[in-house]
Amino acid sequence: MKKEITFTLNNEKIMVEADPKWTLLYLLRDVLEMTGTKEGCGYGECGACTVIIDGKAVNSCLYPVMEAEGRNIVTIEGLMSRDGELDPLQKAFIDEGAVQCGFCIPGMIMSAKALLDGKKDPTDEDIKESIEGNLCRCTGYVKIIDAIKSVAGGR
Amino acid sequence: MGGSYEYYRPATIDEAMALMEGSGGNGVYIAGGTDVMVLIRQKKLAPACLISLRNIGELAYLETGGGLTVGSAVTHDEIAKNAFIQRSYSALADATKKVGSLQIRNVATMGGNICNAAPSADTACPLLVLDASARIAGKGGERVVPLDEFFLGPNKVALEKGEILKGFAMPAFGEGTGSAYIKHTRREAMDLPMLGVAARVTIRVEGSEVGCRDAMCTIDTISNILKRFEDEGLVCEDARIAMGVVAPRPMRAKKAEEALKGKVISEKLLGEIGEIAASEAQPRDSIRGEAWYRRDMIQVLTGRAILRAVDRVIRPDDVIWPQRLW
Repeated sequence: MKKEITFTLNNEKIMVEADPKWTLLYLLRDVLEMTGTKEGCGYGECGACTVIIDGKAVNSCLYPVMEAEGRNIVTIEGLMSRDGELDPLQKAFIDEGAVQCGFCIPGMIMSAKALLDGKKDPTDEDIKESIEGNLCRCTGYVKIIDAIKSVAGGR
Repeated sequence: MGGSYEYYRPATIDEAMALMEGSGGNGVYIAGGTDVMVLIRQKKLAPACLISLRNIGELAYLETGGGLTVGSAVTHDEIAKNAFIQRSYSALADATKKVGSLQIRNVATMGGNICNAAPSADTACPLLVLDASARIAGKGGERVVPLDEFFLGPNKVALEKGEILKGFAMPAFGEGTGSAYIKHTRREAMDLPMLGVAARVTIRVEGSEVGCRDAMCTIDTISNILKRFEDEGLVCEDARIAMGVVAPRPMRAKKAEEALKGKVISEKLLGEIGEIAASEAQPRDSIRGEAWYRRDMIQVLTGRAILRAVDRVIRPDDVIWPQRLW
């Protein structure tokens, strides 16, 4: 039996009918058709599905959809401004060549965003910790870390 | 997606227990969900309903006056980043900051880690050496169980159907107490421990105070410091050692603890203590490591965990530093 839930998604209050057995990821991708958030493993191992809930990076594949009620959720779609301007983090990932196949990138950027929202000047260790749950099989992480650093330092 | 279930978000413990009773015992409590949601997806769990503990304020406390009490719904990240816990209950901070990834630690709770009762549960060893007891809410009211009696076996804990683990209470430890947890893994993040060892010691120096007494101390190696203290007698007054992934449940190395108590700490003694701890362990061959290797490493890591705990007493201001390289 579906139930109504209300929450804030990318700065917009929305109301949706959701089946209690859904995960937040299923609602985002298969119902709301916001496919920027990726499904990798589905077990909380890879971080491709990372979204920001009440300021914290969370695996949406393990997040019961009913827990979204009343919370503030931001996905990769929420980073771009209304006039199509990319977020500084998105620009940095492009400029630093941090993107290869791109599948892990929405999750990477959301993890980095959660870090930078809470800490303007993170250390290298902070950056590594923030993306330790995001697997990338292309880049070896160096350019990803460079991209995050370039935004953090305000260079 | 698999079978259907209801999802409840009670606001109080009583409400949650009533929902569980109403489900005829076919419901499952869910906190952070990082274990439960995986089991459902793997079709190893098919609950009639999920009863969420995430919105119950009574389970989200963290109090630091006269010891430490932590609600079961407090997340790993909250514990790992708490400055008081880092300094005074260091083993617990060591363990919580090494669980899964930040995304996991942001939602996974310590109550869930303990109730899941995996032999590899990272927070179990620290709680054992910190003399924690479990506060359990049931129909008849609250009861308290020492953590050592809480673990019954793999995925089995001393909770009756419907009961809820409210949280943990740990006593205040006096001056000269330090603790540490070492998680032995193949990689830095997103790994279960091949072994886990926690230690807590209370130490005193014959006739003088414990602590770093000269500038050299902050950069000195721990073995040099131990040698210097040796002439004066760095006595271990009290000790706890706990080991994970060496038995069906997390366990204390009680013979090793007894052998350590009252002795002057030296590198030679720590080697002996490690041997005793290894003899108490009953590790198995598994995908993460073979028994012989685990037994060898228990010996090494026990000494190391004790050293790190001692180091934290002698150089408390270094607790917040990045890990030393030994």
